[in-house]
Amino acid sequence: MTIIATQSLTKTYGGGVTALSELTVDVEAGVIGLVGANGAGKSTFIKIMLGLTAPTSGEVRVFGIDPVTETDKVRARVGYMPENDCLPPDVSASEFVTHLGRLSGLPKTAARERASEALRHVGLYEERYRQIGGYSTGMKQRVKLAQALVHDPDLLLLDEPTNGLDPAGRDAMLNLVHRIGNEFGISVVVCSHLLGEVERICDSLIAIEGGRLLRADRISAMTAASDVLAVEVSEGTDELADILVQRELTVTREGRMLLVPLTNETAYDEILRAVAELDLPLHRLDQRRHRVAELFTTKETADV
Amino acid sequence: MSDAGVIHDIGYQRYEGPRLGRSAVFGAIYQHGLRAAFGLGRSAKAKIFPWLVVGIVLLVAVINAAVKAQANIILFDYFSFDDTMSWLVIFFVAIVAPELVSRDMRSGVLPLYFSRPLRAFDYIGAKFAALATAVFLLLGVPQLIMFLGGAFTTKKGASGVWNELLDLLPGWGYSVLWALLFASISLLVASITGKRAFAAGGIVAVFLMTAPIVGVLSILPSSTSQHLAGLASPMSLLTGVQAWLRGRNDLGIDVGDFGVIYGIELFCLVFACLLLLLARYRKVASL
Repeated sequence: MTIIATQSLTKTYGGGVTALSELTVDVEAGVIGLVGANGAGKSTFIKIMLGLTAPTSGEVRVFGIDPVTETDKVRARVGYMPENDCLPPDVSASEFVTHLGRLSGLPKTAARERASEALRHVGLYEERYRQIGGYSTGMKQRVKLAQALVHDPDLLLLDEPTNGLDPAGRDAMLNLVHRIGNEFGISVVVCSHLLGEVERICDSLIAIEGGRLLRADRISAMTAASDVLAVEVSEGTDELADILVQRELTVTREGRMLLVPLTNETAYDEILRAVAELDLPLHRLDQRRHRVAELFTTKETADV
Repeated sequence: MSDAGVIHDIGYQRYEGPRLGRSAVFGAIYQHGLRAAFGLGRSAKAKIFPWLVVGIVLLVAVINAAVKAQANIILFDYFSFDDTMSWLVIFFVAIVAPELVSRDMRSGVLPLYFSRPLRAFDYIGAKFAALATAVFLLLGVPQLIMFLGGAFTTKKGASGVWNELLDLLPGWGYSVLWALLFASISLLVASITGKRAFAAGGIVAVFLMTAPIVGVLSILPSSTSQHLAGLASPMSLLTGVQAWLRGRNDLGIDVGDFGVIYGIELFCLVFACLLLLLARYRKVASL
């Protein structure tokens, strides 16, 4: 099911700054990573989907609804977790999330029930009756996530949910997002400038840079054809490379290693045989899954 | 966080219940704002000031009713009660208006509001209604106490109560005008800054700095400038409107034939403040 569809979406701000340029993408349900450097246009894309700002040209549909004309319908089905600090310090998480639930149109008692449920799902129990001002950054991020969940949206838009968290907190937050996407049946768009962290939990990825689409695909499609064998010998690397090329294998050098795409079953044996024939001391022969980051390295080295 | 939670984990449940429209959302913000105005659902610290002001106005009303009943001396009627309490009303809105709007701005909570199905109009309308209601309650409840005091001690039976009621109702009407004007001006000032102390100072300044202007204008030798002097300050503007509607010229401000201008200015001022607020929040809402 397509949940988000854009057609040459362009957004130019007043000062001539182009935040999004001709973005055309179809997004399937699931956990979607929206990656790009700071200023790549991720937040602008989210704001357009929420109907907070109108695109300069082009079209966008969320669940088939146009957020520009039918803003309320879209917003009722979407939960938004902003990047910045957005919590008042002098109320309890429970009250705060209940209030926001009511602002999403839930009746009073339902708002209270769903608020405590949402807070429980993000891992806040007794703490929820304490004032938010005394919370740690990790707990605050959880409250922000809970308020996005309180009205049971069909889509969550999370802007940098792991911002400011320590490594353990990051893992916990990512696991939570993964659970929401897989167990709760809610699609999630996770914005991040850290590709390595979203690829772990996402089904598909949208990479944008300077407002342009770099690539949008399912993670499985991105990594499928990219398994490689890394071979390292302590001497005679060049001879080995030559002999492998003669046997019609594609060889690329990376430092002291040779990388051979694992195109068929026999590649493994071919390499072993070649090493044995040359009588070289083999250090390493292992299969590597390409990390998605490598697909973008040429363009995104600075940020990945 | 605690592992015990896993045992009780019954999984995520989708919400199948009703989703209410914008009017319910408006009601929720209104109710939340009205409670916040009196510090309900907030820390004890937030309750001190509003209830101090409420305590003073109630005390004045009770004393007024008691003196009237015992000695038959009228300290204030329903109208002059509002005029006399003007300082307290100023301090009340100076504390409450920033509590209603500056606080949201300061904590950055607005993006959460405006990513939900509500508009700048709903937000501002509900906040304005909440503050206006709070100011009206601040003045109207003591007036009610004065009425009850008068009604229970009247010696003319039912007609005495009726006369007292006929005095109370225009008094309440006057309090409504106070509530509308003070709520609109103070919200507009408070919406400029997220810092509560600055907002409070700004509100007090707007109300108090205008009073000397009235003083200066009213001693100018031109009778027109004397008649129009009251337009310069919100408090004297309201007194002027009262003088116009009641046809009195002994209220400290002589509006002469310009009474209707006071009425027009009151209406335009409230309207302009609300429009400016709306424009301000349109911008905020689109981030």
